[in-house]
Amino acid sequence: MRDAAFWILALILLAGALVVVSARSLVRAAFGLTAALTATAGLYLLLTAPLLAAVQILLYTGGVLTLVVFAIVVVGGEATGGKFRKPFPAAVAAVAVFATLARVIPSLPAGAPRGGLDAGAAIGASLFFRDYVLPFELLSVLLLSAVLGALLLARKDRPE
Amino acid sequence: MSLASVLLVAFAVFAIGLYGVLARRHAIAVLLSIELMFNAVNLTIVALSWSRGLLSGVVLVLFAIAITVAEIAVGLSLVLLAARRAKTVVLDELSELRG
Repeated sequence: MRDAAFWILALILLAGALVVVSARSLVRAAFGLTAALTATAGLYLLLTAPLLAAVQILLYTGGVLTLVVFAIVVVGGEATGGKFRKPFPAAVAAVAVFATLARVIPSLPAGAPRGGLDAGAAIGASLFFRDYVLPFELLSVLLLSAVLGALLLARKDRPE
Repeated sequence: MSLASVLLVAFAVFAIGLYGVLARRHAIAVLLSIELMFNAVNLTIVALSWSRGLLSGVVLVLFAIAITVAEIAVGLSLVLLAARRAKTVVLDELSELRG
């Protein structure tokens, strides 16, 4: 059951990734990314990290893709979105990187992993408010500065 | 579901994203491919911390996701700025700084 769910999610993830890099229309690529990110959230659930799955759906699929679709509407992706630059060397580089990464697979410890993170409430309640308070608060400063920076970059009457 | 199978899927997604970064010319398409690579790295970290039973990897990925949202907001506003000033978002045509 778990295995079947894993392989179905992995198939959706890979198919979505292929759509992202090959679709001529950028809107279609954005929807491929939606599928890939949602499948990743499902994988996080299988890896016993439900809080991460929720954050993935809320922030990524909700936030980022709304931004991306909005930017595509403003910039326009239909005319130039389908242009590719030398796909063959890029494919060779990608395959080489994959082969290099996959070389670690045989050296992994065999057998079923211990598994189980017992995450969820533990992260929210104890970790963020005890062990990781400072990074958590710094993160809010970073988000604020990113919002201000994005506003400054995108406004029309920008002082030079 | 073993650690090796999750890692293989994550590596494949990373390689696909790398292909997208190298082969596509539209700035937003390159940003989407970067998101794919980033997602693959997150999946790798979560899978490794799952196999060890550690929580720290999950916390790391939580912070990384929040930082990516900030990065995408700034990156997309840069794309909007390029579209307004240079009248193009095709990366090969944004050559103002080429020596």
